[in-house]
Formats: sequence, C-alpha cells, structure tokens
Amino acid sequence: MILPYFIAIPLLSAFLISLIAGKKDYWAILLSTVAGASLLILSIYSMIVQNGETLVYEMGFWKVPIGIVLVQDALTCLMLVLVSLISFTSLLYSVQYIQHMDRNWKYYALFMLLVTGMNGVIITGDLFNLFVFMEIALLSAFALVAYGGKAEEYEAAFKYAVMGALSSILVLVGIAILYSATSTLTMAKIAEKVPSLDPKLLFWVGGIFLAGLGLKAAIMPFHAWLPDAHSSAPAPISAMLSGVLIKVLGIYAMIRLYFNVFGAPELYMNIFLVLGAISIILGGLLSVVQWDMKRLLAYSSVSQIGYILVGLGIGTELGILGAIFHLFSHAIFKSLLFYNAGAVEMALGTRDLRKMGFLGKVMPVTSATSLVGGLAISGIPPFNGFISKLIIIIALIKADAPVYAILAIIGSILTLGAIMKMQRYGFRGETEITKITEKIGWRMQSAMILLAVLCLLSGLLLLPGIREAALDPVVAVLADPGQYMQLVLGR
Amino acid sequence: MNDPKNGMTLIVKTVTRVTVWLIVLYGIYLILHGHLTPGGGFGGGVILALAFLNIMLAYGRDATQKWLNIKFLEDIEAVSATLFLFMGILGIALGGRFLMNFLPKGTPHALFSAGTIPILNILIGIKVAMSLFLVVWVLAGLHEEEGGKK
Repeated sequence: MILPYFIAIPLLSAFLISLIAGKKDYWAILLSTVAGASLLILSIYSMIVQNGETLVYEMGFWKVPIGIVLVQDALTCLMLVLVSLISFTSLLYSVQYIQHMDRNWKYYALFMLLVTGMNGVIITGDLFNLFVFMEIALLSAFALVAYGGKAEEYEAAFKYAVMGALSSILVLVGIAILYSATSTLTMAKIAEKVPSLDPKLLFWVGGIFLAGLGLKAAIMPFHAWLPDAHSSAPAPISAMLSGVLIKVLGIYAMIRLYFNVFGAPELYMNIFLVLGAISIILGGLLSVVQWDMKRLLAYSSVSQIGYILVGLGIGTELGILGAIFHLFSHAIFKSLLFYNAGAVEMALGTRDLRKMGFLGKVMPVTSATSLVGGLAISGIPPFNGFISKLIIIIALIKADAPVYAILAIIGSILTLGAIMKMQRYGFRGETEITKITEKIGWRMQSAMILLAVLCLLSGLLLLPGIREAALDPVVAVLADPGQYMQLVLGR
Repeated sequence: MNDPKNGMTLIVKTVTRVTVWLIVLYGIYLILHGHLTPGGGFGGGVILALAFLNIMLAYGRDATQKWLNIKFLEDIEAVSATLFLFMGILGIALGGRFLMNFLPKGTPHALFSAGTIPILNILIGIKVAMSLFLVVWVLAGLHEEEGGKK
C-alpha cells in the first residue's frame, strides 16, 4: 500500500535537504522537485486504482481503537491529487522566483514540511493526528510567510501566528472534549458514539470546532489574518496558502468532522449557509476596493471559500458536487492568478495596480494566462469556475433557497468587477510598458500555462463517464455521512 | 573557557562544571529506560538540551561556540530525524506496516527488550535535544546577527 509514502516522501526530502544541501540550493531544488513529481504521480495512480473503495491502513498493525489509522477514500484521493498538483507547479515556479530573492535551501525544506502537513491532514483517520499535522503545516506556513524578511512580512507572519495559535487552541479544546466524552480519538469510532452523546455537548463542541476551523479556513468573521498573510508571502507560497492550505486545514477538516463524524447536523448546515453567504458578499465587496493586486486576490479567496461553504451547507447531492468541484477549480485558478501577480511583481517591482500598464507586449504569457484565470474565477463559460458556480446556484434554487442563489450571483458579479479592475489597470492599462527588470523564465511560464490549460480542461471532469469515476464517489462520501464510519470500522 | 569577562561568576561556572554531567547522565538514563519507566525520548531529550543550555548560560555564547561544533549538532539533528523515518520504512520492508516492530521483543522489563522502541526513543531523544538547544541558540543569537548586519 502506498498510503504512508504520502507522508514519508516529503518528510524524507525535507530532512535530506537540510542534511546534504550546502550553501547553495542545487540539491534542494533537485530533491524537492523529485519529491513533488513522485507525489503527483503516486496521487494520480492511487486515484485511478482506488476505484471508489475505502482503504484503511493501520500504522504498525495496531488495531483501530488502539493505534492510528490512515484512511483513503474517494475524497482523500481527490484532495491528494489537488495538493500534489498545486505543490508541483508551485515548486516549478519557485525555482526562478526564489533565486530572484536569494539562494537558500531552507525555503525548499520548509516547503516540503508544508506538503507533509497537508498530506497528513488529508490521509489521517485519527483526530489528534489531524491536529499534529495541522500544526506541522501551520508552523512551516508561518515561516514561509515571513520568508522575504521585510518588516511587513514579519508583521503578517506574526498576525498569522497569533490567529493560527488561537485556532489551534480551540481545535485542541474541541478534541479534548470529544475525547473525554467518547474515550477514543479515531474519527470513525467517535462517529459511532455520536448518536448516544448529549446533544448539548455536541452543540458546544460543534461551535468550538466551527470557530477553530473557521479561523483556518478564513470564513468571514474569522478572516482578518488572511489578506495580510496571503499578500505578504512569496508568490508561490501565496498560491499554496490560498490554493490548498485553507481548503485542507479548514474546509477538508470541517467536511470530515461535520459530515463524517457528526453526521451533518441540520443546525450547522444552516450556519454554513449563512456564514458562506456573508463571506461571498463581504469578501467580494472588500476585494473590489483593493489596489494591491495580491490583496485583491486574497480577499477574493474569502469570497470563493464562501461558495464552497454554501455548497456544503445545502446538503443535497448537487450542492455537495458543486462545493467539491468549486474547491477543485478554485485551487487551480487562484494559484494561477497568484503566479501571475508574482510574475508582475518580479518584472515591475510593484504590486500596486495604479503603477502598472499595458503588459501584453513584454509579458505575453503572463498577461494571457491571467485573462484565463480571471475569466475562470469570475464564472465565464467555458471555464471550470462557471460550471462549479452554476452547479451551486442550481442546487440552491432546487433546494428552495432563492435568496442565497441571488446572493451567490451578486458575489459572482462582485468577483467579476474585482477581476476586471485587475485586468484593466494591471495588464491592459493605457501606459505601454516596454522595460521590465527581470525576464520570466520558462519554468515560471510553464507553471502558468499548465494551470491555465487545466482551467479549461478540468470542466471535462463533469462529462458523463468521467464524472461517475472521478466525482460521484467523492459526493457519496459526503451525501451518506454514516458510510465513512461503517467502511473504516469494517462492518 | 574560564574567561572571567564572558558568562557568569566563577561560582556558577564551577557548579555548572560539576553538575552538567549529572544532568547529561540523567537525560541519557531517561532516554534509555524510555520503554520501562515514565519519561522516554522526549523527556530525556529536553533534559539533555537543558544541560547544553546550562553551559551556554554559565560560560557565555562565545566560549560555548568554541567548545561545541554547532554545525555538527545541526547535522546530528537532521540525521536522527532521517534515521527515524528509515526505521519506519524498514518496518514496511520487514514487517509490512509503517513503524512495524521487526526486532525480537525480548523479556519484559529488561533493558534490551521491546523491539524497535528503544532505538526509536534514542533517535527521538537526540532529535529533541538538538532541536530545543538549537532553537534557543538561534533565538538568543538573533540580536547579534542583526547588529552585525547594520
């Protein structure tokens, strides 16, 4: 079974990088790229052979209530592919971008630790193990946000660290309460005991987890750290944070807890709907008024996370399909847009939209791919963003929630406004720019082109035939929450 | 090492010189008996790190740097973490599961027993000792580095 290698490979490469990398970064680049590529291949392979089954891996052959289990179901496979894909393109992009800042192996070691943490959160079936991997990912994320070493970056990283620590405390308290009530940490075992628990206890535990994981996912009342952290980080790290980290630590952990452990209680589904709608509207409004390109994208992440949450909150199969698909497509186009922003920042030395102009001549690839990413995020057909938003809106109308559907459409228009502002000032302004300080190399360009092509192609996942194999098993994991417990415990 | 300008007074230095080996011994004892008594790799590692920190506090940063090879400590840290991972992967190769026990279990309560657990405890102990010491070392040296740059 290849499940433990998703943790072992990035961890091994992180340790080896710190061991054999000398002053320069050649070994670090080689090792991390090899690790990233092999993770991508392994994750796609495991998705193909997995075939809708749930595989359980007992660490050291300790049986379920005693030892830690790793669980692989359809949702796990999809998330693993997503993380591997984004981290591989991000590494590809990093090589030139980080050399432009300095040549340090520490970046790559921290990057691999970040991947370790995320993969661990995805494949673990144990609640406390989930917390430990969350901390690994968060601690390396704090360091990576501050990587540039400027005052504002330290400030952003400190803010992120304080909020991250607060959220971790809340999650830990939630885990402690659940453990004291059920005497087990295996998620499937807890799910088995949930129906016999006091509803009042579940109410409070759910609230604590909502605040803790909501902070990690940057849902609206808990979003304050996100624009600082995601705009100050180096561009490939912004892409990782906005593209996958908030989804894995926030949304994925929420899915596992609220759907597979708590069994999708009505109350929290309604809270998801309300918080999601608030995030969509306020995140969209805040992103329109930004002049800093990366800040604009960061606020739009808050808005897009809102869509995922609304889709989950509907609770019908169509809504969950929309949420899962939006999670997938948002990771692709938001990472692409952050790569574009990073390339512009590298070439012009500024993130301020007012200081940019017409870039089509000097940076054709960046400007073209940013158009693709922009159209995809604002939901213009035929890109993947259009399809996922359409599914969510149809699901809302079918579930008799027209108000939320209207809010979702308004949010989409706000996103379109923000992206048009970015295109109008950042890439297609009046002043023609003829000189750039640094050329964008082939590695950065290929990372952007790869994601732009995927923006178009990932819509194909919904074609009949592919959809049954790729997305329907994932939806089944959430639509029938009790199934997870039965499959993991093997009865 | 006995430079009166660096570190604390002669009394502290002398007491440190006598006691630091006891602290190291206690840390090693806790690590080696991790599978028998309370404590183990993490606790023993913390105590080992405290022994190093004791030297740093008593004799000052410069003297410690001369006495200890910091780069070597960093390497030991990475090596111990890598070896731990290799033990896990060896478990897959020899036992079928990650971190599976592949050594004979021996008699209970004997020092050499419990399969791979003592080895894992030693590796954890080294890793924790080096990590904790280096974290404090780097943080304590932060202002010097910044001052140097200016």
